[in-house]
Amino acid sequence: MIGFATRRLLQAMVVMLVVALLAFTMFRFVGDPINQMVGIETSIEEREALRERLGLNDPIPVQFARFVTQAAQFDFGTSYQFRQPVSELFAKRIPATLELSFTSALFALVVGIPMGIYAGLNRESAISKLFLSVSLVGISLPTFFIGILLIFLFSVTLQWLPSFGRGEVVQVGSWWTTGFLTASGLKALILPSITLGLYQMTLIMRLIRAEMLEVIRTDYIKFARARGLPDRLVHFRHALKNTLVPVITITGLQLGAIIAFATITETVFQWPGMGLMFLQAVQNVDIPIMSAYLLLTAFLFVAINFIVDILYFLIDPRLRVGRP
Amino acid sequence: MPYVSNEEAKAAVQERAGEPAAQGRLSRILDSDMFHSFLRSKVTVVAAIGTFILFLLAFLAPWVAPHNPFDLASISILDARVPPVWMEYADPRFILGTDDQGRDLLSGIFYGMRISLIVGFCSVIAAAVLGISLGLIAGYTGGRTDAIIMRIADVQLTFPAILIALLIDGVAAGVFGSIDREVFAFYILIVSLALSFWVQYARTVRGSTMVEKNKEYVQAARVIGIPAIIIMIRHILPNVMGPVMVIATINLALAIVTEATLSFLGVGMPPTQPSLGTLIAIGNDFLYSGEWWIAIFPGLALALLVLNVNLLGDWLRDALNPKLR
Amino acid sequence: MLVGPFRKTENEGKMKTKSLLLAATLLAAGTATAAQAETLKFAFQGTLNALDPYSLNETFTLSSLGNTYEGLTRRGADLAIEPALAERWEIVEPNRWRFYLRKGVKFHNGNDFNAEDVAFSVDRVRSEGSDLTTRVGADVKVEIVDDHTVDFVLTGPNPILHYEWDTFYMMDKEWTTENSAVKVTSASDTTPNYAALNANGTGPFKILSHEAGVKTVYEKFDGWWDEAKHNLDTVEFTPIGSDATRVAALLSGELDMVYPIPVQDIKRINDNAGTRALTGPELRTIFLGMDQMRDELLYSDVKGKNPFKDAKVRQAFYQAIDIEAIKQKVMRDLSTPSAIMISPFLFSKGSEFERYPYDPEGAKKLLADAGYADGFSVGMDCPNDRYVNDEAICQAVAAMLARVGVKVDLNAQPKAKYFAKVLASGGYDTSFYLLGWTPGSLDSWNVLSNLMNCRDEAGKGSPFNLGGFCDAKIDSLTKEVLVEIDPDKRDNLIAEAYQISHDNAYYIPLHQQGLAWGVSDNVELVQRADNQFKFRFVTKK
Repeated sequence: MIGFATRRLLQAMVVMLVVALLAFTMFRFVGDPINQMVGIETSIEEREALRERLGLNDPIPVQFARFVTQAAQFDFGTSYQFRQPVSELFAKRIPATLELSFTSALFALVVGIPMGIYAGLNRESAISKLFLSVSLVGISLPTFFIGILLIFLFSVTLQWLPSFGRGEVVQVGSWWTTGFLTASGLKALILPSITLGLYQMTLIMRLIRAEMLEVIRTDYIKFARARGLPDRLVHFRHALKNTLVPVITITGLQLGAIIAFATITETVFQWPGMGLMFLQAVQNVDIPIMSAYLLLTAFLFVAINFIVDILYFLIDPRLRVGRP
Repeated sequence: MPYVSNEEAKAAVQERAGEPAAQGRLSRILDSDMFHSFLRSKVTVVAAIGTFILFLLAFLAPWVAPHNPFDLASISILDARVPPVWMEYADPRFILGTDDQGRDLLSGIFYGMRISLIVGFCSVIAAAVLGISLGLIAGYTGGRTDAIIMRIADVQLTFPAILIALLIDGVAAGVFGSIDREVFAFYILIVSLALSFWVQYARTVRGSTMVEKNKEYVQAARVIGIPAIIIMIRHILPNVMGPVMVIATINLALAIVTEATLSFLGVGMPPTQPSLGTLIAIGNDFLYSGEWWIAIFPGLALALLVLNVNLLGDWLRDALNPKLR
Repeated sequence: MLVGPFRKTENEGKMKTKSLLLAATLLAAGTATAAQAETLKFAFQGTLNALDPYSLNETFTLSSLGNTYEGLTRRGADLAIEPALAERWEIVEPNRWRFYLRKGVKFHNGNDFNAEDVAFSVDRVRSEGSDLTTRVGADVKVEIVDDHTVDFVLTGPNPILHYEWDTFYMMDKEWTTENSAVKVTSASDTTPNYAALNANGTGPFKILSHEAGVKTVYEKFDGWWDEAKHNLDTVEFTPIGSDATRVAALLSGELDMVYPIPVQDIKRINDNAGTRALTGPELRTIFLGMDQMRDELLYSDVKGKNPFKDAKVRQAFYQAIDIEAIKQKVMRDLSTPSAIMISPFLFSKGSEFERYPYDPEGAKKLLADAGYADGFSVGMDCPNDRYVNDEAICQAVAAMLARVGVKVDLNAQPKAKYFAKVLASGGYDTSFYLLGWTPGSLDSWNVLSNLMNCRDEAGKGSPFNLGGFCDAKIDSLTKEVLVEIDPDKRDNLIAEAYQISHDNAYYIPLHQQGLAWGVSDNVELVQRADNQFKFRFVTKK
């Protein structure tokens, strides 16, 4: 066990280093940051002086060594556009992204699971078919388009929900800000969460439905039914319990994905999270923010993968021989 | 939007559980008995016909489209934003109206669908080839090679398709000097999409391979000295093609949607060679101004195309399920 | 919408009494008035980053900070220069300008504004790391005459010394020194600079909180020296990058004002109950440039020679473009076709120039005369997120040129990559490009010296003459313009330079793009032609 964990931990660290290297090298080519940092009338001499001061003229290995050493100490440098430490900027943006991700995952579960159960138990009913087709349409349109259509309908036409931002936020503790405690904050969460969670909802619904269909035909359930247990008990006590294991695993894996891919939703709804900051950084060639974002998501993925691996190792003894 | 399909997620679970994905839950999941459902097959038949017609229209675009939207000399800005024929101020030349540059929207949709499909097919094929090869090697060789490949897959997952497209776009400009974006955008898209999709194939194939390679026939083949590459291609590959086909179909749909998202971010196909996604992204700017057709028609076309392909994917999953044969 | 100049207060004592009276009235009105604290909520497409007034020479940054900081001069609603922190000024000797500072002006922290602050600000604005070094030349000496009088000693005559001083903001020497922010917040700094996160100006609004890229909240400054014409108590700024979301936020009534708005949404905003679009001419000129420096174009099928070195080809391109169609279809009438490289609002003789007529047949003939009867192909660079409908303009131009036989390969990119390619840092890597220019000083000399003089390959000379054409006569005229004091003679010199450019079709000016702001009906404001939004002109009902 210890050996397995150590090995995976070492591998994880190598992964992080590779991501750092990739991020670092590739960002050299994304554009010239200098143009975004000065006004258009700034002279060529001043531009060159700035380039020199930023260390952009140093040899690439020197720049990379500096980057890794600092990143290991959670120092990602200073943002070119905001002129503030990147780590501080991320600390301010993380609550927004996490709250959005959490809410959209919750939406996906709360809506997806009942729909899946219903469709699994009543697979011939018209409502089940409606669920299935609607969910397919939902994943057949690009996220940005869904977001814009939602804004058009619920903000502009009906004027029920806000079209941008987080509403009013409340400071909790020293750095966390939350929109959960105000009415406007909760209202602001609705549209972005639906936009972001729609895909996961479809995924979960179809997964549950398929698992239910399968489980219900197993001998175990047939016996339970033969014993005369009421349907409701059979469905929820026995069948559902068995379907939840893969759902939980996938939700765990998808959580990382949601956080990393919230970029589009945050852009459409001007949600002040990390994803929005990242896309703006790409537009403005703000290399420190881009690298930090990439390392952060990489860390998240690697960490979740690592934990899931360890859990499976503990649960499933077969793995101990099957995998290194 | 997370570009992880149902299959991929399931496969990941299978793989971790050490279960052979090919014959494990993967092929049993979702709609397994739907194949027998009359209604479902009716849907499938309709989807198949729909897909066929859309593919036909797309690939025959130069012959069936009333105009050629790529011929700059034939379009005039003075025809810009003409509404569809059933509305006021329409022009009978343009059935679904025109876009902001005066291009016929119906022709634009045919040509755009063609580009979307070509991008989709090419990226899916590239991803499948890459993913299958790496999956076979990882699963068959095991040990260090396996660990390295699967860790690369982990790295890969941290790069969203959007980011890959942005990076490759930039790297291409840096490496090849100045490039002609009209030509390169296409290849950049394919490489980006392929790079973000291959992991699913690799994981699935690796799982199946790990099971297959311990079977007696493979052991036997190995003993009599058949080279590993032959064993992989002759014996293992046919056994993993089922789930690969399913993933490929779903991926085609996903690739088309992803390309549209990339267009929205400005790293998709350029407006001079619009894909369906580019058309939607252009039309987006005209939603509030009343020129809704520029976004809505390409949006409908995209939804129709992706929906049909997805339905076919569902059906394929059932058809390839050995239990139902 | 241009409104008359902002009336300035004649007498400070009177003003104080007045504001005291006003305060008394407010008190008498009691809680009802106090409860109606007016908040203006607005959005812009870009972000307000560092608060240091010298760290970025960019319109929106300077415009926003101009509500908090003030310069010696300011520009009114009609852009006329008017006194601000300097009550008046005079040229006492040809090379000596004397500025008389306004007395009794307080910074937000309560400190007095005086001559020391001016001298300090001058030193700081031209120190290393400042992006506004051009505001005061390195050779200009500052002499403090007394507490409220400052002399600027020049090495030669310069009639436009103070033209850009409306955005050269005065900082408090004590505050800046105490917070160790004397060094300008430069992009290369590793530790955050106090002045980048905090502001202390003399302007009508204090910054209450600032989270870059998320939200900035301003609060009315009660100790402002001028009489407040606005009725705002707080202002909330949110950056919204997506055009559709920004317009949606206005239409749904969440915001009082958003800018810019896409030209196609003007009608919708006007039709919507409770909102209206404000449009007006902007000062930025959009134009096309051509590589006239290289002996062979980088992106063309013509080898061994450069077709753009032939004036006939340049004029053929000019006449192939139907500027009225672009105005009508792409810009929805929100543009003013231009014959010269500066807005006619900024040059007295601007209206004397006329564009070459749109004439595709003539263009074909010109191309044939130049030896390109079958046309040729050329690559075109274009930004797609910088100017109003920039990419759509380029596409329209490509289609129009296709009709005279020229095949344009359009390379439209986000501004970060576009500028990295076409500017000096990218080695002027372009054959044919679209660019926009607003002279910061609102004066033609800026246009001549930046866009029209010769340059070498590294950009010495006119760094933004991307096509690198070289006309010795324009160069010598530019030098004369700089030192000519007599306004009429000066304008004649400028006109002559523009005429040479027009005759040779060195550039193809397209239009001055329009400004479009979306405003709620309960807000009255002034839309300045330089696209600066000043809270002091706002009243909310």
